[in-house]
Amino acid sequence: MADSQQHIAQPNHKPLIKKLLVITLAMFGFGYALVPLYDVFCDLTGINGKTSSMAATADKAVVDLKREITVEFLARPNADMPWLFKPQTQKIKVHPGEIKLVYYEAENITAATMTGQAVPSVAPGQAALYLNKMECFCFNQQVLTAGQKLLMPLQFYVDPALPEQFSTITLSYTLYDMTKHSQPETVAALIPTGGNHE
Amino acid sequence: MSTITTDPHAHGDHHEEHHHSPPAGLKRWLYTTNHKDIGTLYLLFALTMFFIGGAMAMVIRAELFQPGLQLVQADFFNQMTTVHGLIMVFGAVMPAFTGLANWLIPMMVGAPDMALPRMNNWSFWILPFAFSILLASLFMEGGGPGFGWTFYAPLSTKYSGDSTALFVFSVHIMGISSIMGAINVIVTIFNLRAPGMTWMKMPLFVWTWLITAFLLIAVMPVLAGTVTMVLTDKYFGTSFFDAAGGGDPVLFQHIFWFFGHPEVYIMILPAFGIVSSIVPTFARKPLFGYASMVYATSSIALLSFLVWAHHMFTTGMPVFAELFFMYCTMLIAVPTGVKVFNWVATMWRGAMTFEVPMMFALAFIVLFTIGGLSGLMLAITPADFQYHDTYFVVAHFHYVLVTGAIFSIIAAAYYWLPKWTGHMYDESLGQWHFWCSLISVNMLFFPMHFVGLAGMPRRIPDYALQFADFNAFISIGGFAFGLSQLIFVWVLVKCIRGGEKATNQVWEGAEGLEWELSSPPPYHSFTTPPHVK
Repeated sequence: MADSQQHIAQPNHKPLIKKLLVITLAMFGFGYALVPLYDVFCDLTGINGKTSSMAATADKAVVDLKREITVEFLARPNADMPWLFKPQTQKIKVHPGEIKLVYYEAENITAATMTGQAVPSVAPGQAALYLNKMECFCFNQQVLTAGQKLLMPLQFYVDPALPEQFSTITLSYTLYDMTKHSQPETVAALIPTGGNHE
Repeated sequence: MSTITTDPHAHGDHHEEHHHSPPAGLKRWLYTTNHKDIGTLYLLFALTMFFIGGAMAMVIRAELFQPGLQLVQADFFNQMTTVHGLIMVFGAVMPAFTGLANWLIPMMVGAPDMALPRMNNWSFWILPFAFSILLASLFMEGGGPGFGWTFYAPLSTKYSGDSTALFVFSVHIMGISSIMGAINVIVTIFNLRAPGMTWMKMPLFVWTWLITAFLLIAVMPVLAGTVTMVLTDKYFGTSFFDAAGGGDPVLFQHIFWFFGHPEVYIMILPAFGIVSSIVPTFARKPLFGYASMVYATSSIALLSFLVWAHHMFTTGMPVFAELFFMYCTMLIAVPTGVKVFNWVATMWRGAMTFEVPMMFALAFIVLFTIGGLSGLMLAITPADFQYHDTYFVVAHFHYVLVTGAIFSIIAAAYYWLPKWTGHMYDESLGQWHFWCSLISVNMLFFPMHFVGLAGMPRRIPDYALQFADFNAFISIGGFAFGLSQLIFVWVLVKCIRGGEKATNQVWEGAEGLEWELSSPPPYHSFTTPPHVK
């Protein structure tokens, strides 16, 4: 079999290695790309109870008087957040398409100026797409001086397209301490002026 | 064999610089670029890690022997469960498979060595550093990582100790090592197959490793990204997983399990290849359904990217997502069932003998199937709400990883040990090892199904009194299983030091290129490529 000992030239590995390295780097990038993709996916499908962080408009909303939806309001400061934080209204009944205004109360009981950020979550998750907020304190950060109290508005309506199986929507806010992360100048300009400063 | 041409001195031109004996002593191992040396290093490293991780399991089982806190504090217990998992996954199972790949793939495809020998040296030698970092963190102030091997945020980003940075860097190094190993395997299989070895003539071990290598380069970078996000969240003020900054802790679980589920198959596909090599040898029949095995392996690999959220059924996903992941998960049972069927059909009317490798392979088939079935139970979304985070899950993944992956690695070690060392191992000691392991491993893991169904949560150092008897029994099984593995070390040492001379073919029914080399094989496997008919 000596004649069959053809000597194979050392194959050139470089093109294949390059391709594999490109896959590796692309997958590393893909891991990071999952972060915005996840947000987009949640925005589109409303899963995970994420509501839109943009103000909604009520142009096309037609009030559906035949249905009544219970909207419940929850609020809790995060474990590291010393403020008092609660909704003024526990729950209300609304017709789909009807615009409602409710207030949340926040009080900075510490002796220092602090910044807070409320993060909403809706249960059941799929209903999040249909809870449209026209104005919400959660769109901005709140800066409260020592002992300051703030009444924070939330204006919303429930989309009449809300699927039949939902009769109750729970909107929950968690308030986080953002003092370390915020830039005071920009935030101060965003403090709602309509709130009651006491 | 007439099909093989192996004359190491006939053609030396560009291999000439390799044709010297390896340097002696420590330098041989530090500088080696030889696939057999590196394979041996990987296997010994994996064995060492298996015992270190096993010792941690013994601490866990000793603490759980009785309810209440006796031996260790809860914090240390958490570090034990975390590091036990990390060591066993990244330090024992994966390096053992890479070691087997190094030893066997060049011999099986008829190559002189791996395609990228210097990178091979690197990919092994960074591993001891990775695990030194991880293990050293256990002895530092504040202790090692205690957030579970899954390092869920915010546990790992907000409530973890300073060792988190060390954990992250060690995972980075493990990942780089795995990726380099995977690239090496792919390049070797693509470019160095012997003439005539077409894709569908490759041994199944080579096939399964090729697919595993692609899974590795697809998901290890995602793991690297995940740990990096944890690192920057914890130390550099990013908010990937922090709701206050606009991130989402559930996102962590999505990214982690996007890596994590293919990772599970990374740890089992090479095992399928091993069992597909061993069963035909001892049944003395060719493998039933070779092509379907290849397609089944590929489809398992593809499906592995579509099932990650079955680890997250209780995170509050919408029903349609739960159904999607439930059905995709159950779909995996089809190709897996094809495999089990093929193994059984291979044995059907075969002239079977029951040497130790075959015993472990048979135990693999039965016990891995049990693990697969409990996996199917976990895939049922409504049932999973009860099983989630209980000992039922612990039972499930130990059946697939210990009696699955580890048993296959042990089977492979017995099967190819005579080829590697040139000596037969001690058959009766091996049988002792097998039977002790088989009985103890079932004492250890089978009752976990029951305590899990009864509601005992996983990852806790203390438990309700009604689980006491079961846990004592489980712990005894655990200690017995740990001690049984010392027999394995005894067999290994005895076999390496001497024993009955092994023939080239070793096993009567063995087929494949590696059995046509001498036992032990020459330092460079095939200096002239063999011809495959």
